[in-house]
Amino acid sequence: MKPEEHLQPRLSLRGIEKRYPGVRALAGVDLDVFPGQVHAVLGENGAGKTTLMHVVYGLVAPDEGSMTWEGEPLRLRSPREAIARGIGLVAQHFHLVERHTVAENLALGFPDAPFWRPTRSLLPRLRAAAERYGLALDPRAQVRDLSPGERQRVEIVKALMQGARLLVLDEPTSVLTPTEVDALFAVLRRFVAEGSSVVFVSHKLAEVEVLADAVTVLRRGAVVGRRSAADGLDRRDLARLMVGRDLAATVADRGRARAAAIAAGPVRLRLTDVRVDAPGRAQRPALHVASLEVRGGEIVGIAGVAGNGQSELVAVVAGLRAPSAGTVEVDGREPGSGRRRRGARNQVDAGVALVPEDRTKVGVVGDLSVARNLALRHAHRRPFARGMWIDWQAVARHSQSAVEAYDIATPSTGTPARLLSGGNVQKVILARELDRDPGVVVAVHPTYGLDVAATSQTHERLLAAAGRGAAVLLVSEDLDEVLSLSDRVAVLAGGRVVATMAAADADPEALGLAMAGVAA
Amino acid sequence: MDVDVLVVATVARALAFATPLLWAALGEVIAERSGVVNLGVEGMMALGAVTGFAVAFTTGDVWWGLAAAGLAGMAGSALHAFVAITLRADAYVSGLSLTMLGLGLSALIGRAWVGRPLPDPMRTVDVPWLRDLPLLGPMLFQGQYVLTYAALLAAVVAWALLFHTRGGLVLRSVGENPTAVDAAGLHVRPVRYAAVLIGGLLAGIGGGYLSLAYRPSWGEGMVNGLGWIALALAIFAMWHPLRVVLAGLLFGACFTLAFRLQTVFPPELLTMLPYAFTVLALVFTAWRRGRHAFGAPEALGRPYLRGER
Ligand SMILES: Nc1ncnc2c1ncn2[C@@H]1O[C@H](COP(=O)(O)OP(=O)(O)OP(=O)(O)O)[C@@H](O)[C@H]1O
Ligand SMILES: [Mg+2]
Repeated sequence: MKPEEHLQPRLSLRGIEKRYPGVRALAGVDLDVFPGQVHAVLGENGAGKTTLMHVVYGLVAPDEGSMTWEGEPLRLRSPREAIARGIGLVAQHFHLVERHTVAENLALGFPDAPFWRPTRSLLPRLRAAAERYGLALDPRAQVRDLSPGERQRVEIVKALMQGARLLVLDEPTSVLTPTEVDALFAVLRRFVAEGSSVVFVSHKLAEVEVLADAVTVLRRGAVVGRRSAADGLDRRDLARLMVGRDLAATVADRGRARAAAIAAGPVRLRLTDVRVDAPGRAQRPALHVASLEVRGGEIVGIAGVAGNGQSELVAVVAGLRAPSAGTVEVDGREPGSGRRRRGARNQVDAGVALVPEDRTKVGVVGDLSVARNLALRHAHRRPFARGMWIDWQAVARHSQSAVEAYDIATPSTGTPARLLSGGNVQKVILARELDRDPGVVVAVHPTYGLDVAATSQTHERLLAAAGRGAAVLLVSEDLDEVLSLSDRVAVLAGGRVVATMAAADADPEALGLAMAGVAA
Repeated sequence: MDVDVLVVATVARALAFATPLLWAALGEVIAERSGVVNLGVEGMMALGAVTGFAVAFTTGDVWWGLAAAGLAGMAGSALHAFVAITLRADAYVSGLSLTMLGLGLSALIGRAWVGRPLPDPMRTVDVPWLRDLPLLGPMLFQGQYVLTYAALLAAVVAWALLFHTRGGLVLRSVGENPTAVDAAGLHVRPVRYAAVLIGGLLAGIGGGYLSLAYRPSWGEGMVNGLGWIALALAIFAMWHPLRVVLAGLLFGACFTLAFRLQTVFPPELLTMLPYAFTVLALVFTAWRRGRHAFGAPEALGRPYLRGER
């Protein structure tokens, strides 16, 4: 819907400026959000989107600029003031206490919760929210047991219960399955239909096309373009605005020639009768793979709903966890067998690379510099290691070239990795893991949080790695990604491979059924 | 001696011995639940003991002494809170310094009082009604100091506050994920300050028990490592107030038994016992629970700064 000309913006920002050492994260941003409007904010990795959202929620104080809320000046010294005005945030990295229950997390954000047994009074409200927006939640579940989609629901319900009239969502769909995305959009549409407003950050232009009423595009902290749905939104146009140039067509047609090469390639990764027991439940293992082979040059997609054995599969292949039974062979032998077992190091030496699911906890050491993170995987080898000493110059040289090759936006290679934006952390991991032609690549959601340019670049890099003879295991919930990159798709359900098919003749519907555990 | 008499006597002695541990460990549980580790327990207890004794000696009233003991512990913890929360310095270093400071300062303050007995120390009392319970009565509710009964009550109160009130929820959340608390529009620092100060208060009371009731006097070695044991108890109890009571009793019982068996037990081994037991307890906890379920507050020892990634 197009905002009427006379309508007052609910929130407007003027000249918002935020500088960090070495970067200008926001360089004079203007933004108007109207009632009843979904406003999308787009931009490359590191463009300043998260910073802008945090400014709106009072988590980051801008260095300059002013804000108004429904015509009145707005100065936020803390999120408390934002919440009081009716601003809610669903952050890129959720603000939830993992070891507490859903009800406890909701009570935390709920100012009127009673002193004694604060979760008690929430149940009726929770039920009301569930009915009104279709957001069902089990109040007694522990947050750490929830899927990302469910955690997001907790965040949304929390904001709604606080009486939000402006909901800010930072990359809400990156962590969701396609059905969850549809459900989220339904909630957001209902929310704006009531006259509320939504600001959301996304890298997925298709979603922006269907949901947004207005679009603001950031590049290096500055607004480089605005579009409105009334004038029509075009994916290519938005992409050009974001990266400042035309993008090459996404994932090129891979051609038939490769298929022949694959058949000829040697088996580089072989799992035989691998079992990983779930704690306390030996009869129903978390993972039980009778046989899985990936040949050199082949990309095998692992499709499946999260929690069906993917993380166990990744852990055993990457050597993070020893299987309860069975063997994992790389290039015909078990890494480290016969020698002292050294866990993941054996795998590294055997040429296994891992792009992990949890990038901030497993992917990088947040307090170490970008340069050191880039050298981490091979720190025990030349040229980084010389005997027991580290050659810091080699580390520095390598990091320079990696930052350029992967277009990592960072003030310097000495910046701690935790200060980078989400997408740039992911680029650091990719640069490290795809370096030096790994023999086996295990990639979990490799393009999670990447902008369009970086996504297609990453796809090309995975294809190139396969082209150079690597066996690639691609774990993703994004079926489009799996289907467009993989040669074969294996479906995991209940810890077992329930179906394997050539990606070329995989039918998304049949895949979906197999993922849901319905026998094909 | 009858077996039940032995059991009853052992538990009663264990409780008397464990009382200062309970106070201090409860305090540490509260502080650590908010994410601030305080290794200064030993120092705060010493400060509490000496201040309590001095005030009780001067005023002639143990209750004034007790109040002073609590305040002294709190003053020590305020220093720690300022350094660890406001200045965001390393909490471990700050806590260790507090221990050294507290031990040194208490020795200095206490010079004038060394070797002088408290004329009017705290007296033992029975708990009406509960004293008549079979078995439990003589074990827990007869012939102890008020502070001992109060410690049991404090554990229950701490448990109720931590797990069943809004304030407790906020406190635990601050210790798990301060960013979430900040984003919920609540303030992190005041909560941490409050928790550390309460921790100091309880440690000071624990120290006061030593110098006003258990051994009504003052001497430099009075606390003698109890503060460290209290720290270990907080971990052993997995940061749960009710389990602190069980762990404290278990600990006290071991010590009391070994004391009774002095004839067969070399005294050197006896003095080693609390520490050996502590190490064993920690190994046991770690081994039983595995790393993930260990239960330490997620943000323990990490200072919080908004906007920091
Ligand atoms: N606390 C901080 N300290 C230092 N630099 C920071 C801090 N927060 C953000 N930055 C820098 O500001 C820039 C913008 O970061 P921001 O997280 O807003 O990007 P983004 O647009 O959300 O990117 P992404 O799509 O990758 O999430 C980045 O270069 C980042 O490194
Ligand atoms: Mg971001």
